[in-house]
Amino acid sequence: MVTPEPDPNVERTFHTIQVKSTFREAKLPEGEILKHVRAHGFCEEAIFAIKLALEEAMTNAVKHGNAGDASKDITVRFAVNAERAVIIVRDEGVGFEPESVPDPTTADRLSLPNGRGIMLMNAYMDDVQYRNNGREVYLVKRNRK
Amino acid sequence: MAGADHITVAKTNGVNVIEFNDRKILDELSINELGDQLKEVADAERAVRILLNFQNVEHLSSAALGMLITLDKRVKEQKGQLKLSNINPQIYEVFKITRLNKLFQIHESASQAMGAF
Repeated sequence: MVTPEPDPNVERTFHTIQVKSTFREAKLPEGEILKHVRAHGFCEEAIFAIKLALEEAMTNAVKHGNAGDASKDITVRFAVNAERAVIIVRDEGVGFEPESVPDPTTADRLSLPNGRGIMLMNAYMDDVQYRNNGREVYLVKRNRK
Repeated sequence: MAGADHITVAKTNGVNVIEFNDRKILDELSINELGDQLKEVADAERAVRILLNFQNVEHLSSAALGMLITLDKRVKEQKGQLKLSNINPQIYEVFKITRLNKLFQIHESASQAMGAF
């Protein structure tokens, strides 16, 4: 029996990759996700966006979500079709309120070295939602052909 | 030095012209190593002049931006100068979105940047 391709509209069908919460393991899901994205003919601009947003989401999960605790896991679920890619990154931390993250572009914060990940995800993805009290970020990129 | 060499440094007319050896400056591990290597250049002389040539770079994350901000601060503290050049349009957009194009001195080409020191 052939396993059907995951449907971006039906989360229970998504591919799942679970990694330990370390920067080394956090790099692992990218290759697999980009393989699917490329196979569905996503344009270079969309691939750039997905790579960037995934990097930011994984970094946030390791650093802030799981707070550097390497015994915790990060679960990445994804599905891609010709129209869109949906990626869900979930950590095992205490969660956060995205509204509480300050704007990094104000004059008093511009020269601070951190705090730009959420802004970049919002800028590059078509839809970004925080779920499960901020433990899970839901990212959508549409394919513009 | 631990890890791979992430930069190539050439001294031209008193300016440390630095090219990145990686196409992607994304993950924290490489960025920490890269930051250490850039810091070594910044700390090697007073009033250091550094040109970061981004011609090889295709991807950049917020952690990389943070590392550049830290480098810029260090260079300024030492009364030095840091300039950036040859940033491709996709990456320049990242600087624009975060408004860091206002913080850094960015030039289209290395020769323009060299002329501005």
